Amino acid sequence: MSDAMLRLVNVDKYYGPLDHGVAAVKNINLEVEKGEIIALLGSSGCGKTSTLRMVAGFEAVSRGKVFLSGREVQNLPPVKRNVAMAFEGYSLYPTVTVRDNIAFALKAARLPESEVTKRVAEVSEMLEITSILDRFPSSISGGQQQRASLARALIRDADLHLLDEPMGQLEPQLRTLLRGRIKYYIKERGLTAILVTHDQTEANALADRIAVMEGGVLQQYASPEEIKERPANLFTGTFVGEPPMNVFPASVTAAGGKLHIDLRGDTRGDLRAGLDLIYAESDFAQPVRERMLGKRDVVIGVRPYAVHRAAQGAAAQVVANQWLGDQSHIAASFAGKSIVLVEHDRAVLSEGETIAVEIRPNDLHVFDAETGMAMSHGQELA
Amino acid sequence: MLTTSPIERILRGLAITLVCLFFMFPIVWIFLMSFQTNETILRIPPSVVFAPTLDNYQALITGKLETAAGMLEINFMRNLGNSLFLSATSVAIGLLLGVPAAYAFARLKFKGSEDIAFTLLSFRFAPPLLVLLPLTIYFQQLGLANTYGGLIWVYQLIVLPLILWIVRGYFEDIPADIEYAYRIAGHDFWSTFRRIALPLAGPGIAAAGLLSFIFAWNNFVFALVLASADKQPVTVGALAFVTASGIQYGQVAAGIVLSIAPTFALALYAQRYLVEGLSLGAVKG
Repeated sequence: MSDAMLRLVNVDKYYGPLDHGVAAVKNINLEVEKGEIIALLGSSGCGKTSTLRMVAGFEAVSRGKVFLSGREVQNLPPVKRNVAMAFEGYSLYPTVTVRDNIAFALKAARLPESEVTKRVAEVSEMLEITSILDRFPSSISGGQQQRASLARALIRDADLHLLDEPMGQLEPQLRTLLRGRIKYYIKERGLTAILVTHDQTEANALADRIAVMEGGVLQQYASPEEIKERPANLFTGTFVGEPPMNVFPASVTAAGGKLHIDLRGDTRGDLRAGLDLIYAESDFAQPVRERMLGKRDVVIGVRPYAVHRAAQGAAAQVVANQWLGDQSHIAASFAGKSIVLVEHDRAVLSEGETIAVEIRPNDLHVFDAETGMAMSHGQELA
Repeated sequence: MLTTSPIERILRGLAITLVCLFFMFPIVWIFLMSFQTNETILRIPPSVVFAPTLDNYQALITGKLETAAGMLEINFMRNLGNSLFLSATSVAIGLLLGVPAAYAFARLKFKGSEDIAFTLLSFRFAPPLLVLLPLTIYFQQLGLANTYGGLIWVYQLIVLPLILWIVRGYFEDIPADIEYAYRIAGHDFWSTFRRIALPLAGPGIAAAGLLSFIFAWNNFVFALVLASADKQPVTVGALAFVTASGIQYGQVAAGIVLSIAPTFALALYAQRYLVEGLSLGAVKG
């Protein structure tokens, strides 16, 4: 047995009868080391909250095992699992003050009064809720309730802290400020936390590793950098990253020392032809080249910030050019589809203008068109 | 309702007065009747001017009813006591059984839960007369006829479905996550029920208790058939005022005033509590 704090082994979750009900989570394997912060990232209904609730013990595990600090817990009631949780719906006890809500578990555990007071002061200062400690949950705002709920979870000495969309209701400035503080708080105390979120900025800022989920399946489980640089499949590639990765269905052929990547354009009756990207064979490492040529249909992906304007290159017509104050987002029609470029300076371009676009071989992500699995990233095999 | 014209206000006041008059008049009239003798009650035309008398109340309390045909023994006070005892015990037992059951129906999904809950509710559909004959026969065979225990048992038919369905709704309105939050903080299922679910559903439980108390209090037909004089509640006991020498309207009125007094007081008291509880419990989601 590994010494991971949390281990999910082949976990399934069905609502309704096993194998016939609605599958919310399919065969998930996940390990969280002690002291790690993990983000479960995905869109609504991807199974991330179901996963979290199975760990907490509010949902039965349909199949598979859950180990928490070495103990098999999937059949234990929540009270015996020693986890803390901040709920998406806050779920504060309406009959007691915010202070008592936060201190609840510590008081129940009969910690000395002075210790409780000290800890409540610490956590409420960190979350900027000191001024509302003596109010009742119904008289404070949604954002304040959310922070109170977060405080109630973070104050505990649990093996695992589960945070379900912990900052969804907060204003952007406060969110940015608290992200840093919460991360520091968790790391300083050596807590282990799982964060559920659909906000990739939050996941990137807080988590050591991100588990990307879609359709109940764990798509990739890696560090934020790894997910950005080496997406495991087409879904992760297009889901993580803002603006999203540009993708083009293509076929690859080699002729006369050149490698032709033929972007097929929009196949649905668009008359505009595709586009042929031509590279020297030597632009790609041998194994990468071989793998690309071994598949007939591939999907080429390139991040918006890796698409450059150049003196020479493939032609694209500008469709929109937006200056966001710190970067330009340029959308252009390209190979029968559209491509998005990000530039850090204000681009002077008008609609309809033709630009030359360069995509460097090192920035190409190649996916198998059939399975969506990544084949290569730049010069490396996936 | 930003601004209201004077005409609108007058019309509204008028409407409210009419409604109040419509509902309150019978009660006020009965209250006045209870201080009159049969002669003043039955005079034509009726009048609100009379010399008040406490004879009716005196007769009820002492149990000696003076009629034209002579003196009659009634045990109205005993009936009142029976009503109180039967209703209160029934509601107490109903709450004891019904509240945990309601919680189970609200929170736990088990096979046939909806069917069981509906069956319990269906007890309220059938007219009591339908079950009365078999019930009487069974009760006589079992020795439950004319016992407090038997009556309280039958009263569960009235009380239990009401409590179950009202309280279930209140439990369902409590976000399950509040209970989860409590359980994850180191408490078991049972203490979560006691410390979180029960207090939060308090107003609902009070409302259900009050309502079922009134229903039990007002029951007539079960008690009429299943209980003899010494176990009868006021609803049945009031029949004694229909005597050989005529109906004793004054005593009937006094009896009504005495018998609605407890439910009336309870309703007034609980109303304050209900409003308080409901406005305090607001749970924002």
